[in-house]
Amino acid sequence: MSVASAKRAAKSTTRPGGTLYRGHEGMWSWVLHRITGVAIFFFLLVHILDTAVVRISPEAYNAVISSYQNPLMGIGEIGLVGAIVFHALNGLRIIAIDYWRKGVKYQRPMFWTVIGVWVVLMAAFIPRQIIVIISEVQG
Amino acid sequence: MAAATPTMPAVQAFTITLNIRRFQPEVDQEARWQSFDVEVYSTDRVLDALHKIKWEQDGTLSFRRSCAHGICGSDAMRINGRNRLACKTLIKDLDITQPIYVEAIKGLPLEKDLIVDMEPFFAAFREVKPFLIANSKPEKGKERIQSIANREIFDDTTKCILCAACTTSCPVFWTDGQYFGPAAIVAAHRFIFDSRDDAAKVRLDILNDKEGVWRCRTTFNCTDACPRGIQVTQAIAEVKQAVLRGRR
Repeated sequence: MSVASAKRAAKSTTRPGGTLYRGHEGMWSWVLHRITGVAIFFFLLVHILDTAVVRISPEAYNAVISSYQNPLMGIGEIGLVGAIVFHALNGLRIIAIDYWRKGVKYQRPMFWTVIGVWVVLMAAFIPRQIIVIISEVQG
Repeated sequence: MAAATPTMPAVQAFTITLNIRRFQPEVDQEARWQSFDVEVYSTDRVLDALHKIKWEQDGTLSFRRSCAHGICGSDAMRINGRNRLACKTLIKDLDITQPIYVEAIKGLPLEKDLIVDMEPFFAAFREVKPFLIANSKPEKGKERIQSIANREIFDDTTKCILCAACTTSCPVFWTDGQYFGPAAIVAAHRFIFDSRDDAAKVRLDILNDKEGVWRCRTTFNCTDACPRGIQVTQAIAEVKQAVLRGRR
């Protein structure tokens, strides 16, 4: 096997399933909307279950909630808030695309506005959440 | 006269690598990538590179092309991850330091190499009744009159060449082949908003379906993919609005 054909054979095994479609802001906002939507669904599922524990006994409910008071869950809450904020803001963008006459035309700037507002809100939330996490660690 | 015949500056030629997703149904169980080195000019298009491969290196390479000038809509394919017409994509507009990836459009049954079965695509097109349906007859010896303003409303969607670049760029269509797809909705839009047509209601009913306009998730891949520059997502949004109103 020559060097060239070896190189060729190596190349032929790359990207077996075809290339990833290189969409722009619209496609990636949709992908993020899906991922955050599914993540929020699973959070709500767990959240309804843990809240339902209060019907067993208030003590059991308190035990479940106190088990959330650890750094790992604190970081998870950052992810949760990030997902909800993006899903909410991008949801407004989608409503604008559907109902505002110029929504389609301005979908791209609206996407970057969503990202911008998301960054601002998370920049305000994350330091505060880190303080909460630290205070939990210190007991 | 030597001074009067200046030689044209030589067009620069260079060697590029094309990675083409091959599928030969006679021998292949599944699609595989094959690499070709081909010498092209900066003025060449991806279609020219494919021709060179087929004519000079490997005659088994199969793809569709007819007019080769961006009108017939035969040679839509995925070039470097985006749906494009091979005949409208200039080599010089691509990054030739990297191999150029060429594969069939996605979401339609792959038949051979870059050829897919277009029948599901045309079936969706036919379903929206893409032809004039008029209840009244024009005045004897006269044509159906339409104002410039009324013609303008659907001007954008008359440009479609049915290449399927939009429909096969749609993530919803990849996973749900029942979805009408952007091209069929564009075709419907062209007649729904035509003042001479009387069947807007019929087409709106057809598209007010689980697999109709409401499947659109506004990813805007279709608008980006359209080689004719049709604002596809805008057209779909206008049809959605018309469905909500119950009239055009």
